[in-house]
Formats: sequence, C-alpha cells, structure tokens
Amino acid sequence: MTVTLHEGVRVRGLSRSFGDRTVLDRVDLDIAPGEFVALLGASGSGKSTLLRALGGLDPQAGGDLGLPDRKAVVYQEHRLLPWARVWKNVVLGVKGPDLKARAVAALTEVGLKDRAEAWPLTLSGGESQRVALARALVRTPQLLLLDEPFGALDALTRMKAQELVADLWAEHRPAVLLVTHDVEEALLLADRALLLADGRLAEEITVDLPRPRALDHPDFVALRRRLLSGLGVEKENR
Amino acid sequence: MSVDVLDPPAGAPASAAGPPVPAARRRAAARSRSLARTARRLSGLVIVLAAWQAGASAGLLGSTTPSPAQVVAAAGRLVESGELAANLGVSLLRVLKGLAIGLSAGLVLGLAAGLARLGEDLVDAPVQAVRMLPHLALVPLFIIWFGIGETSKVSLIAVGVVFPLYINVFHGIRGVDERLVESARSCGVGRFGLITKVVLPGALPQILVGLRQALGVAWLSLVVAEQSATSAGIGYLINQATQFMRTDEVFVVLVVYALLGLATDLLVRAVERRALAWRRGLVAR
Repeated sequence: MTVTLHEGVRVRGLSRSFGDRTVLDRVDLDIAPGEFVALLGASGSGKSTLLRALGGLDPQAGGDLGLPDRKAVVYQEHRLLPWARVWKNVVLGVKGPDLKARAVAALTEVGLKDRAEAWPLTLSGGESQRVALARALVRTPQLLLLDEPFGALDALTRMKAQELVADLWAEHRPAVLLVTHDVEEALLLADRALLLADGRLAEEITVDLPRPRALDHPDFVALRRRLLSGLGVEKENR
Repeated sequence: MSVDVLDPPAGAPASAAGPPVPAARRRAAARSRSLARTARRLSGLVIVLAAWQAGASAGLLGSTTPSPAQVVAAAGRLVESGELAANLGVSLLRVLKGLAIGLSAGLVLGLAAGLARLGEDLVDAPVQAVRMLPHLALVPLFIIWFGIGETSKVSLIAVGVVFPLYINVFHGIRGVDERLVESARSCGVGRFGLITKVVLPGALPQILVGLRQALGVAWLSLVVAEQSATSAGIGYLINQATQFMRTDEVFVVLVVYALLGLATDLLVRAVERRALAWRRGLVAR
C-alpha cells in the first residue's frame, strides 16, 4: 500500500522476493524531510531494489510505503534519451508553461547552460550525469533517489559530481536516499548511513561531522573503519 | 558513408602531432581531399565503361552486346519517343500502390505485435509462418485469383514489402532499452508519451532499415510481376526489346532498374540523415 506523505519517507514492513530469494525482509525506514541518508551494502544486497520500491518503480514490492508526492531518480547510467535535445530530456514528462526556461534554469545550476541544445551523445560521462541531476532538480523533488549516480565516473569527475550534489542538496534540501557501495562517498555526503545485509537494515550510523568534511578527520577515519567492518571488509586489508 | 576502418580518421593524427594549422587552411585541405576522393571513386567507373566501349568496338563481346554509346543512343530514342516515360509512369504507379498497401500493413502489424503482448500473440506466429514462403512463388496463384490485370501485380508488390517492414518494426520496438522506458516512466511520462517519445524514436533506426529492405523487395517484385502478361510498364519494354533482339534497349531498361533502386536508397538515406540527426553526434560534433 502506498500513501502520499507531504514530507519525508515512512516505510514499514517493506518486503520483496524474487522467486524463493527474499531480497528485502520487512524493512522499516524513515527519512526526515531534508535529511540525506546513504544506503550501503554489498553487491546484490538489495540496495537498488529498495530504491526502486521507493521510486514507485516496483509494483510487486509489499509493505506500507509513505512517500512524498514529488520524487526524482538518478541512476548509475544517465538514461537520457539520445534522440531528444538536452533541454527536452531535462523537462521530460514535466507539464506546464515555459518548459524551456525551466530546463535552462536547472541546467544553469549544474553548469551546463550552454549545452541545452546539444544532443546527449555529444556529452561526456560527467556532463550526462549532471544533465540527469538537472532532470531531477527541475521536478523540485521532496525525495531525491540516487542509485549509485557516480559509479560510472572517473575518480576526478566523481569528486566534482559529489561536490555538486552536496551543494544542490544544501540549496534545495530534498530528502535524499543515496545508494552507494563507496563508504567514503556515504560519509562525505550523508547525515546517516544505513547498512543493508540479509534483507534487513543491519546497522545505522549517524554521521555527525561538520561540513564540508575532510577525509583525514580522525572521526571520519573511525566511522569509515566501522562501516567497512560492517560491510565485512577486514580492517587489515584496507 | 564508407569509412576505412584501418585508416585513422583523415587529418586527425597529423594535426595533433604537428603545429596547429589555421582553420581556413584545414578546411581548404579537407575540401581538396574530398574532391580527390570523388575523382578516385569515379575513375573506377570510367575505367570499366572505357573497357566495355573498347571491347564492344573491337568486337570482343560478340554481336549481342551493345557498346555504352549504343545504349546511350537507344536511351535517347526511347526518351524522345516518349515510350520510356509512359512505361516508367505505369511501373511507378504499380510500385507506389503496392508500397502504400504493403508498408501500411507492415507498419500496423509491426506496431500491434511490438507494442502489445496480445498483438504479438495474435500477429507474430501467422506472419512468421507466411514469411517463410518466398512471396514470388505466389505469382501463379495471384494470376488465378486476381487475373492478369493490375490487381495481381500490385498485390505481389504489396505482399512482398509487408514482411521486411514488419520484422524491423517489431524488433526495433522490442530492442528499445528497457531502462530508458523505466526512467521516462519515473519522470511521469504516460503510456502514450512513452510510445511517441521513447519507443518509436528508439525503434526508428531499425524501422528505416526495414523501409530500405522493403523498397528493394518492391523493385524486385515489380520485375517479376511485369515479366508475364503485361502490355505496359518497363517490364513490357524489356520483353518487347527481347523479342526483337534489341539488346541495346534491354540494357537501357536494366540501367533504369539500377537507377530506380539507387534513387530510392538515396531517398531513404536523406530521410535517415534528417530523422536520425542525433546519431551524428557519434561521428562529428
């Protein structure tokens, strides 16, 4: 059952199985309005399944989902329509007047105003991902779902994109669920990090560090170690 | 359109390694390169024609092979008398009617099978079964059913073009990236919007491949349809020429067939260039 909430996320007893395999087992999850939550887990732990359920993309997910009305998803691949100009991709599915102006405004925020008329195939990977972010922004989402949005980017571009997301979040304050396997990314961006294991939220870590965050802050290092051991990575190996 | 896979892109490595070349000079160089390229391509054709002319003049090709000059002269006569234009008009009309019926049917069936599971179940199996039959084998049957008039000829062309278009529309639609559909849906695009904004544009490259194949089949069907019981059309022209051993006129009609195929191919290419402009981003920015 899905209920429209005006603010934040309230999920109770979310379950999903594929055949005999239970991927999500009665998961409870709350995200406050404007809160940035990172969801970590090993490959195949069901992170993306959880995100898809929150995005309303999985009609077979069971449980009570209290979700805000305006949601936007950014995927690991940019998923732009190659046959539509960049600005048309940004306002895809949006109705109302002045669509182009709204698209250009969103593109300006991600620094791509000049590429509004370009074809997506002429963009670099980082630029495409920024267009995908603009496409999310233009919907003024109350809940922004990020499914490993930086996973396919090179290290340098990834750092810039993370910075951009941090800035955009500070500016617009949507509730965010960031699915990632990158512990540092989670600690750089999120207020709270959740660990998904065996279909349940196994651990919850509040990231109480001042922003902007430094990778060499002693608390950061300690949290990182805790998260890594929670993910089953031996401390000695890292 | 042809790209030499083994050669690096023209100009790129040279200008990358050497000192920067002014844009105007680079453009001029590119222009002269493309001129040289065109000349090189034409030279092959010229050599073949010259060899043909020399061989025919020397009598090496036998009395039944005309020289290019004789073919051109025959073409001039046929154009002047109006015979070529009149018969070409008849043939073109047959092809257009056949295409109008066959392409619409192929498109409608392909859309039905591609967009709806029910459509696939109803349409695909019978179409695939009939497709296995070479449609040219239907000529005798169509003559019995529809007589020797226009109907049997147009039907043959129509039946021929249905299948290449159908298959490409169907597979084009099914080949559209599911993830694009999902992301468009999560952007709030409705069912109709998904079809017009995502599925059909995504299938268009494949649909145009189908159109190209269908046009090729249409000309082939025309040749076969006009081979028996015709009193007008370029097939009639070639039959008459054969009866009077006018090989020069036979050659003229063969050249006309080739030109018709070439013209329709260029037409589809022009459509592709316009409709698939977004793909040029892959090649030139």
